[in-house]
Amino acid sequence: MLAPPKVPSPPNVPALPNVPALPNVPALLDVKGLRAGYGETQVLHGIDFAVAHGGVSALLGANGAGKTTTLRAICGMLRRSGDIRLDGARIDASATEDIVRRGVAHVPDGRGTFLELTVEENLRLGAYTRPADEARADIMRMFGYFPRLEQRLRQQAGTLSGGEQQMLAIARALVLRPRLLLLDEPSFGLAPLIIAEIFVILRRIRAEEGVGMLLVEQNASIALDFADQAYLLETGRIVVAGPAEDIRRDEAVRRSYLGY
Amino acid sequence: MMQGVLHQVISGIATGGIYASVALALVMIYQATHHVNFAQGEMATFSTYIALTLINIGLPYWIAFIGAVAISFAIGVAIERILMRPMENAPVLASVGVFVGLLLIINSLSGWLFDYTIKQFPSPFGSGTPLFGGYVSSHELGSTAVTLIVLIAVYMFFRHTRLGLGMRAAAFNPVSARLVGIQVGWMLALGWGLAAAIGAIAGMMVAPIVFLDPNMMAGILLYAFAGALLGGIDSPLGAVLGGFAVGIIENLMGAYVVGTELKLSVALIIIVCVLVVKPSGLLGRKVTSRV
Repeated sequence: MLAPPKVPSPPNVPALPNVPALPNVPALLDVKGLRAGYGETQVLHGIDFAVAHGGVSALLGANGAGKTTTLRAICGMLRRSGDIRLDGARIDASATEDIVRRGVAHVPDGRGTFLELTVEENLRLGAYTRPADEARADIMRMFGYFPRLEQRLRQQAGTLSGGEQQMLAIARALVLRPRLLLLDEPSFGLAPLIIAEIFVILRRIRAEEGVGMLLVEQNASIALDFADQAYLLETGRIVVAGPAEDIRRDEAVRRSYLGY
Repeated sequence: MMQGVLHQVISGIATGGIYASVALALVMIYQATHHVNFAQGEMATFSTYIALTLINIGLPYWIAFIGAVAISFAIGVAIERILMRPMENAPVLASVGVFVGLLLIINSLSGWLFDYTIKQFPSPFGSGTPLFGGYVSSHELGSTAVTLIVLIAVYMFFRHTRLGLGMRAAAFNPVSARLVGIQVGWMLALGWGLAAAIGAIAGMMVAPIVFLDPNMMAGILLYAFAGALLGGIDSPLGAVLGGFAVGIIENLMGAYVVGTELKLSVALIIIVCVLVVKPSGLLGRKVTSRV
């Protein structure tokens, strides 16, 4: 009997146009088949996405879609399975502290500010894993982005306004000198003017620090303006993926998923 | 009369320093775990026995002192790692059970290893004639100085070192602490070690006055707890001030109001009053936050 003619398997086309396609240059963050949940409840049902070196990927979706869970799963803050690689090295079995020490800074849901401590102590904590002299220089550098923090240095962080706390949270994450910055809804609860100010600063940071970002947002229009790659999450699955530019222009997607 | 009052106040400050140290140890563990370590006193007693053993094998006092502090630190770390770690997510009652069990175990261990007879414990400051016209004994003066040095050192450690900052961060907000790369588990263990070391010093300072037996710290723990509650169980500074205040109140009440027999009830009255009138204590946590 003749063997059936061999059909050449399709070449491994990279699914994500903005992620470097060179086989030997892994993405900054490469996630495949990520599943995670709380206790018995599974929230993420196997999602794939990536962040390029120095690039910005946005995770969009409604409340409860699993955006925050995705960030927590990357940081090892909850039970997860799947393949998570930072610069090619697997981090899906590592503890939170170790993932942080490998250069992943997380500005969590609720900002994670140490409310009882001063602004300065919060910043020193951000640089906890770094040598003291470098930490000091980096904290000074943050005042270039966030001059208001310098004025509030000795103030208890709990007394800052929402916008100032968000700035403190971003500065605290940056003094870690991360390769990857995870941002969980930086616009949450802030006035439109403050949101705009924060995104102006994030653009500067992106240009000057060369840090890759994974941005979780409910405010899709802001996120799509800022990101170069976007993923739409719906109940724990990615339903649309592609360049942010394309998604922004796709009226059907915008209407049915993003509601604007 | 005035001289008598002054004398009582001064010796109240001396015992208050002991209460302040133990109260600080209680608060340190409370801040990190939200549990009161009932075994703190028994741990201090055990440490004092270790010091006495080291002195009895011929070591000079201060070497034995340092040795006992170091061993107590290690025991504190070990207790956290071995006993408390598995209880991390246990319900409150289970943790309370472990603390009470720890109290009984260490108490029995002290009696079993070192027997139950009341022992004398030397003072490094001698028992010479009272100083300053008879107001204060050399041991009271010396132990107050030691207590103050300990309290200042602990304050400086938490305020001005990176490790101290990391421990505070881990206690206030363990989730965020992990996200800046702090090894929260080790910070808790370190806190237990420090609390045990502070308790050891308190034990060695009080033993020359009350004599050493396995139940030496039982009453002191109660006064210290009253002090911690008075100052605010989540405020280290409050606990220290509360400890001193309780020492003075106890001495004055004992001398002029209730008599020495009923002194311990003063501690209970303070505890009840604070819980009824101002549960957060005088310097209880004041976190201001804006939304």
